Amino acid sequence: MSDKQEVSKRDSTEIERTDRDSSFVMLPPADVFEDAEGITLQLDIPGVAKDRLNLQANKNTLLIEGTARIEMPQGMEALYADVRSTLYRRSFVLSDELETDKTEANLKDGVLTVRIPKRAELRPRRIEVRAG
Amino acid sequence: MFGSLTNFESLFEEFRRMEQQMDQLFGSGTQPPAIRSVARGTFPPINVGAAADGIDVYLFAAGLDPKSIELNIQRNLLTVAGERQVPVNENATYYRQERFSGPFRRVIALPEDVDPDRVEAKYRDGVLQITTRRRESAKPRQITIA
Repeated sequence: MSDKQEVSKRDSTEIERTDRDSSFVMLPPADVFEDAEGITLQLDIPGVAKDRLNLQANKNTLLIEGTARIEMPQGMEALYADVRSTLYRRSFVLSDELETDKTEANLKDGVLTVRIPKRAELRPRRIEVRAG
Repeated sequence: MFGSLTNFESLFEEFRRMEQQMDQLFGSGTQPPAIRSVARGTFPPINVGAAADGIDVYLFAAGLDPKSIELNIQRNLLTVAGERQVPVNENATYYRQERFSGPFRRVIALPEDVDPDRVEAKYRDGVLQITTRRRESAKPRQITIA
């Protein structure tokens, strides 16, 4: 039963791959780190300008989607291509203590930085140990 | 009960089908790679496009300081070198560190007819675009019949 599901899944990705530009999605590399105040994500999405970036943070999920625009002369043919799509997409499941309404994002030279703060009351508190 | 274990014929059929799928995905594999080609996933990813009057090279290298990129061309060999330093936050816990950090160098063999004196480069939104022109004599030319 599960084998069948695997096979049908694989078939559908192949169809996506043949229709390169429109539907083959790239997973951008990401750094994710957490400090006392919140969580920071950094993703490489070269070629994406601010107006072609879609960033959605709801209660549970953070969705990052962008379309790269590459200037190409007319009639250009690919001799070699590591990058075979223009669509980036990646999503993360968030957790309760993050304050998604206060998410901040910055895009510079193809690097997207997303900062999600933790709720003040849920930030770790340092507990003083008193010598008895 | 052991029917599936003894039925080798269908097992080999299955392997053959998988091989065919792999070949479709990654090319036939009979063509040996170019001497300067690199392993898949090397930073930065590169696309090379050819038009009638020139060759364009695109490097997908986000987060670089354009002044730090070293770009050289010798005949038809284009070399791009630089360094991307991703600062590490000492006080943070890292869950993922997938982004490339460190020096890089890539050599791209362009077609022989590229004019090394007419190369332009610009860096925008994390993509370095290098535009080259073919030598005049190499361009396709319409010949009028007198």
